Amino acid sequence: MTSEQRNTARVERHLYDVVVIGAGGAGLRAAIEARLAGKRTAIISKSLFGKAHTVMAEGGAAAAMGNVNSRDNWMVHFRDTMRGGKFLNNFRMAELHAKEAPERIWELETYGALFDRTKDGKISQRNFGGHEYPRLAHVGDRTGLELIRTLQQKIVSLQQEDFAETGNYDSRIRVFSETTITELLLDGDRVAGAFGYYRESGEFLLLEAPAVILATGGVGRSYKVTSNSWEYTGDGHALALRAGATLINMEFLQFHPTGMVWPPSVKGILVTESVRGDGGVLRNSEGKRFMFDYVPDVFRKQYADTEEEADRWYNDPDNNRRPPELLPRDEVARAINSEVKAGRGTKAGGVLLDVSTRMPAEQITKRLPSMYHQFKELADVDITKEAMEVGPTCHYVMGGVEVEPDSAAAMGTVLGLFAAGEVSGGMHGSNRLGGNSLSDLLVFGKRAGEHAAAYTETLDKKPKVSTKDVEAAVTTALAPLQRQSGENPYGLQQDLQAVMGDLVGIIRREGELADALKRLQELKLRVANVGATGGRRYNPGWHLALDLRNMLIVSECTAKAALEREESRGGHTREDFPQMNPQWRLVNLVCSLGEDGDVHLERKPLPRMRDELIRLFDRTELSKYLTEDEMGQFDQAEGVHIPGARTDAQSKTEAK
Amino acid sequence: MGTKRHFRVWRGDESGGDIQDYDVEVNEGEVVLDIIHRLQATQTPDLACRWNCKAGKCGSCSVEINGKPRLGCMTRMSTFEEDETVTITPLRTFPVIRDLVTDVSFNYEKARETPAFAPPAGVAPGQYRMQQIDVERSQEFRKCIECFLCQNTCHVVRDHEENKEAFSGPRYFIRAAELDMHPLDARDDRKQYAQASQGLGYCNITKCCTEVCPEHIKITDNAIIPMKERVVDRRYDPLVWLGRKIFRRDELESESMAPSVSTGVTGAGDATPFSSARLAEPPPVRDDGKMDVTEVTLPVQGGPSPFGDQEFPLPLDQISYHKPESRD
Amino acid sequence: MTTTATRPGVGPSGPQRSRAAITAKTLRTDRWWLAPLITFIGLGAWVTYATVRVFMHKWYFVEEFHYLTPFYSPCLTDRCVEGSSLFGTPLPSFWLIPEASFTLPFLLLFRLTCYYYRKAYYRAFWLSPPACAVPDGHEKYSGETRFPLIFQNAHRYAFYAAMIISLINTWDAIIAFRSGDGGFGFGLGNVILVGNVVMLWAYTLSCHSCRHITGGRLKHFSKHPVRYRVWTFVSKLNVRHMQLAWITLGTLALTDFYVMALSAGWFSDLRFIG
Ligand SMILES: Cc1cc2nc3c(=O)[nH]c(=O)nc-3n(C[C@H](O)[C@H](O)[C@H](O)COP(=O)(O)OP(=O)(O)OC[C@H]3O[C@@H](n4cnc5c(N)ncnc54)[C@H](O)[C@@H]3O)c2cc1C
Ligand code: SF4
Ligand code: SF4
Ligand code: FES
Ligand code: FES
Repeated sequence: MTSEQRNTARVERHLYDVVVIGAGGAGLRAAIEARLAGKRTAIISKSLFGKAHTVMAEGGAAAAMGNVNSRDNWMVHFRDTMRGGKFLNNFRMAELHAKEAPERIWELETYGALFDRTKDGKISQRNFGGHEYPRLAHVGDRTGLELIRTLQQKIVSLQQEDFAETGNYDSRIRVFSETTITELLLDGDRVAGAFGYYRESGEFLLLEAPAVILATGGVGRSYKVTSNSWEYTGDGHALALRAGATLINMEFLQFHPTGMVWPPSVKGILVTESVRGDGGVLRNSEGKRFMFDYVPDVFRKQYADTEEEADRWYNDPDNNRRPPELLPRDEVARAINSEVKAGRGTKAGGVLLDVSTRMPAEQITKRLPSMYHQFKELADVDITKEAMEVGPTCHYVMGGVEVEPDSAAAMGTVLGLFAAGEVSGGMHGSNRLGGNSLSDLLVFGKRAGEHAAAYTETLDKKPKVSTKDVEAAVTTALAPLQRQSGENPYGLQQDLQAVMGDLVGIIRREGELADALKRLQELKLRVANVGATGGRRYNPGWHLALDLRNMLIVSECTAKAALEREESRGGHTREDFPQMNPQWRLVNLVCSLGEDGDVHLERKPLPRMRDELIRLFDRTELSKYLTEDEMGQFDQAEGVHIPGARTDAQSKTEAK
Repeated sequence: MGTKRHFRVWRGDESGGDIQDYDVEVNEGEVVLDIIHRLQATQTPDLACRWNCKAGKCGSCSVEINGKPRLGCMTRMSTFEEDETVTITPLRTFPVIRDLVTDVSFNYEKARETPAFAPPAGVAPGQYRMQQIDVERSQEFRKCIECFLCQNTCHVVRDHEENKEAFSGPRYFIRAAELDMHPLDARDDRKQYAQASQGLGYCNITKCCTEVCPEHIKITDNAIIPMKERVVDRRYDPLVWLGRKIFRRDELESESMAPSVSTGVTGAGDATPFSSARLAEPPPVRDDGKMDVTEVTLPVQGGPSPFGDQEFPLPLDQISYHKPESRD
Repeated sequence: MTTTATRPGVGPSGPQRSRAAITAKTLRTDRWWLAPLITFIGLGAWVTYATVRVFMHKWYFVEEFHYLTPFYSPCLTDRCVEGSSLFGTPLPSFWLIPEASFTLPFLLLFRLTCYYYRKAYYRAFWLSPPACAVPDGHEKYSGETRFPLIFQNAHRYAFYAAMIISLINTWDAIIAFRSGDGGFGFGLGNVILVGNVVMLWAYTLSCHSCRHITGGRLKHFSKHPVRYRVWTFVSKLNVRHMQLAWITLGTLALTDFYVMALSAGWFSDLRFIG
């Protein structure tokens, strides 16, 4: 017998109090908290420790610390977040996030983080789209790296404390890196453990734990062009669904307007917004600055309609209107998309973003050093001489596991499951503001860790894993290897990406969505027959074959929800329903998985914002989003105030 | 549009392997990692390799390309001649797992041994004040993406496996330097630590680490040499040495490790006492009263060995038990 | 932590884990041997030249213009030519004793323990390693952890000495501005001497120890603004330390050769004034 066959049914068993799936910002923060609450904690990650997706975040982490502009406070941040999400956010999450983000950032400093500083030695904060004041704590353009490294080092420091006490680094918190969880195991409706395999050896492991925290990030790998890595196959989303939890807002995906599209190797990698802020213009293949044709009516007043005026804005923003290149992310993404669909794109399917003809070379290298290097090193393109080819890239999923805002506990039928970070939904509504994700990870990561620890205390009996479930999990996991001649997973993934990218992309149409659903069904059958050649040791083909299942479920949720929501809002644009509809603002679309393995969609009313929070907004602004009924309620609530709070109009006048 | 080019890729695992030849299509603007991906998608679906970001930010895709330690995602194909054969091999310094994937746990172990940041006593979160010029030096080192190329290149361990025990490597020298230069770090024994426990003295400043660092961190000039100089301050300066002898000050003893605590935002975790570890539990018995299948089908009776997958009898050179010799 | 402790053969000491079996010692395809070879030839040639010159005991001084080669400064033996010694002649004339017996050992020590030269000769002479990712030429390696290499840490003291010697060299260059009749004079020799001294200063100040002493050892730059500026300046020089190390070898040899040539009468100094 070869060692591979012999190992087939071997399962390593571990006992923990809290298992955190995901070693990004959210997962690590949750694990720190669970360990500090005295729980034996395991952290699982598909890649090596410290390499999760969070390392890629550049801009910064939003927190209303008021270091640069003292007028900033949580209420302003809350307002910006709600506005960004087009009022579809779970208000309670947005509130907690705005309130607690500063503490969470300061906490990082006690773990050893070194943010860029202001003159008086505080954490420096930078401006970012959608944030009224400079608010993003940052370290150059590698804030995510700083965040994850800091948390990673804090975990190490906790392990050192444990080592000092027990003589074993792993005694209370242990990192299982390069380990994939494929199944959550339940005891009735309680979480009992997680089942997975070591990528390295292909051996199985079973982590028995009464509480599991999902922090697995997003789903971007289902798209052809994405800024996301191979890890983002929606595992957490799918695990939650299969365990009986629900997903919300899955129709909302953020497409960043400017990802690199050429050369193919760098497809999807971000080109920061500051390229446009600093004078970069978008042109189609005919050389036309097309953004002027795409200014929506609501924005007409703020945006220039001639090139001359737009060009004057860079030097004299007070007397001129902004160039249309600086429209919000979703508008620009849609415009680029239309140009390309109309056949005016480049060969590689993008448009040209040009700074080379707009600024002298020295100025470009000085103002955009990291972009200059990114293009030079990754693409061998000199942006001082050539235009960049860019196009929309799938960047972030707003939707995710529906959670109870205070505790981050998953809703649905399951107990003991928590979710934080990109995998959770609700916080960002229909569109996420830049910088809000990193702070979201910390705030809700901590909350999830804390509540998971508290939850384990409430149990008087440890939930038990049933052997039948483990056996089933083993069979499922090994199935692709048993079909050595089955379909090639890479080809399947490409087909899935094509379906999602072409039919459930930025601009959606009813016919295409229906078509997509049909094709997803076909893909489902093919995925059931996917095969993997080779053995179990570090076999990427096998790993992908297992991930496909998750990508498919999540894609189905997205497609179904996109078909259902007949309006355009934030990260969801329907060509056939181009307007935002206040009636739809009242509704969250909730996905769950039926017995039959099919995705079910349900409408669920959005929780109503507390009166004192809604009073933070102007009546005129609210009237754009709320229905007549709601406005009536708003008028009744007159008089409820948070002490010291100013409405938007007040703070604008004060600012002058 | 693409042209076929010749590649050689090391395939195998710890039991052996060799360099195999492939002809792969190469398109304009591609990097070596793209070629590996194309190989996976077309010829060898099970070719193992690590990657994440494809943008030089995560440090996963470290391999050796034509003998040079590089990031696969940052090595453009256009840097090679059209007819040049490109050889891709795994990192040499670390044990191989399979194909291009190596076991880099050496680095994580060294990371664990390096004392963590010690927060200053009595400074509350939010009260940290640091000047930009004071944090800049440490910030350079925090750019590290942990690709471990420097660790792999450093001849101290690359060519002398036996030094792994005593030598932490450049990545952890910059970590020690980062903390030593951190304006608010409360420990002042980092240099002694670097010398005594990290093996700073093994480094002969031949600068290969700096040469390969994809983040262009000046590892040798800005971290190792300053640390060596700081050690000189303390250790080889006869005046200081004398002073220490006379006044009996030795700072290595100040091992401060106060347990971390956290104040909850909700109080939900407050009431939970420390449940230091879960007690051992017996293997599960199924509803039908039988033992678990996973235990039964094992080649070894009695469940999985805590030492992993062992063949019995154990090979002699792996037994640490020595039979006492009888004295008669 | 790809591996967990409960499985066999993990960690650095794991018995079963082995490196990838790659037979080639290095797979580098570029000319990696070129740089060490050049260093080897360059340093080798210079050392040969310097040794020969130091034990020549002649042609080191041009009395007319007071040009003294740095290899003989300060001149301290009985043999010293009239006017060339500034600090008296306490040493006897014996062929093994160089004229500059008090400075040469320190200069040698300074350059031998210099962080740059260490890199250069460890690579080119000791082959440890000859180039990156090319195997070390030695079975065993303990770096600078024990005798004798632990004395590399004495660089700091050599640096202090080098500062003093640089001052002496500066003085040599200053008093060389004279004409044959004892008044002010200025010739090509002065340009060479001054050029050499400037480069020597640049090299000495760009030293890593200097960078450390002036500011590198501080934890809070913000509390020492002046030292921070000095450190910034030294750091800028320090980036060029390697170049300066080679340039000064060049200028030293050139100065010495020029003085030798004048002194031996091979050609005469190009005078601008006097
Ligand atoms: C290019 C880029 C730039 C960005 N810039 C910003 C920015 O400037 N500001 C901002 O706020 N946000 C930014 N974001 C968004 C932000 O980085 C992410 O949303 C955030 O990092 C997600 O963190 P997370 O902790 O939820 O998950 P991640 O950091 O993605 O971690 C997911 C973890 O889960 C693990 N995992 C997944 N599936 C499994 C499984 N089945 N089994 C075991 N482990 C599993 C993975 O291995 C990984 O460790 C950016 C994103 C990208 C791609
Ligand atoms: S400079 Fe030191 S640490 Fe860096 S590679 Fe050389 S010997 Fe190793
Ligand atoms: S110091 Fe540089 S080479 Fe070393 S691990 Fe960090 S980024 Fe990689
Ligand atoms: S894949 Fe992240 S560094 Fe290459
Ligand atoms: S002289 Fe080179 S480092 Fe000091």
